[in-house]
Amino acid sequence: MTHLPFIAASYALAVLVPAAFGLNAYQRLRRARRRLAALSGHGHKARSAGNP
Amino acid sequence: MSPSSVKAIAEPRGAPRRGWHRFANPGRFLRAASKVQPWLTAFGVVLTAVGLIWGLFFAPADWQQGDAVRIMYIHVPAAWLASAGYLMLALCSAASLVWRHPLADLAAAEIGPIGAGFTALCLATGSLWGKPMWGAWWVWDARLTSVLVLFFLYLGHITLVRAFDDPTRGYRAGAILALLGVVNLPIIKFSVDWWNTLHQPATISLTGAPSMYIGMLWPLAFSAVGYACVFAALALAGTRAAVMERRIRALLLAEAARAEDSVPGAADALETQVPA
Repeated sequence: MTHLPFIAASYALAVLVPAAFGLNAYQRLRRARRRLAALSGHGHKARSAGNP
Repeated sequence: MSPSSVKAIAEPRGAPRRGWHRFANPGRFLRAASKVQPWLTAFGVVLTAVGLIWGLFFAPADWQQGDAVRIMYIHVPAAWLASAGYLMLALCSAASLVWRHPLADLAAAEIGPIGAGFTALCLATGSLWGKPMWGAWWVWDARLTSVLVLFFLYLGHITLVRAFDDPTRGYRAGAILALLGVVNLPIIKFSVDWWNTLHQPATISLTGAPSMYIGMLWPLAFSAVGYACVFAALALAGTRAAVMERRIRALLLAEAARAEDSVPGAADALETQVPA
């Protein structure tokens, strides 16, 4: 295969760029779900404590 | 109050909006996006993998360019998505300015970095193709320069959106920049026709038959559709996360206000109770 280093670098970037965005989005979604669950529980407990 | 009068008052608020406007409701958007996004991701990853593997190992080499033509299966979809992404960004910005949809603001803020990433991919793969073919990593050609301007427009939008303490002001400023930057899209498209450029003219057009061997066209089509699905899935995932993060901020503020009312100073301690 001619120009192999250029082709290999291009294909590496083609995988790495979308993968980096995907990983970032996945981590943000996971963190947001965890925080929302924690906050919902906290709010529920706080409201329950306020209204026995 | 009779049940019919309650319905008459309640209906305008609860009545589903027609057309695309109904997805401006964050809850409805989250429900729809959580169903669509996994399929879009899977579809995009499979199509992209097929297109790239086909292009890398099974498509023929070009008689002039040799195997360097295989970079085209990345470079061309990235270039199309850089422009299409900016058009989406501009449409979201227009929706934000006209209808003041918070969801349009969040979508625009999420499309910006992804579009910048695909523009950077287009520029990098163009350079990696240009060095062996033209003998230079970069030339100040009209097509290359206008795509570089597009990259700077994306960076400007990302910076503006995050530059203000009040997010709404950031979204407005970003939306205005995005709409002004639309003028660059036809310049990118027609730069190879308007000026005498080193970059080759379009091989594929919407109106004419493609001047490309079918064995090269198919992997390019797979790669382009796959990358488009990946782009859309990334934008959807980012917007979902942004909607949830906004909801978290709202809940934290409400909790802080409630805590401040009951125990002065308790609001400061609240943030530490929620896992990061």
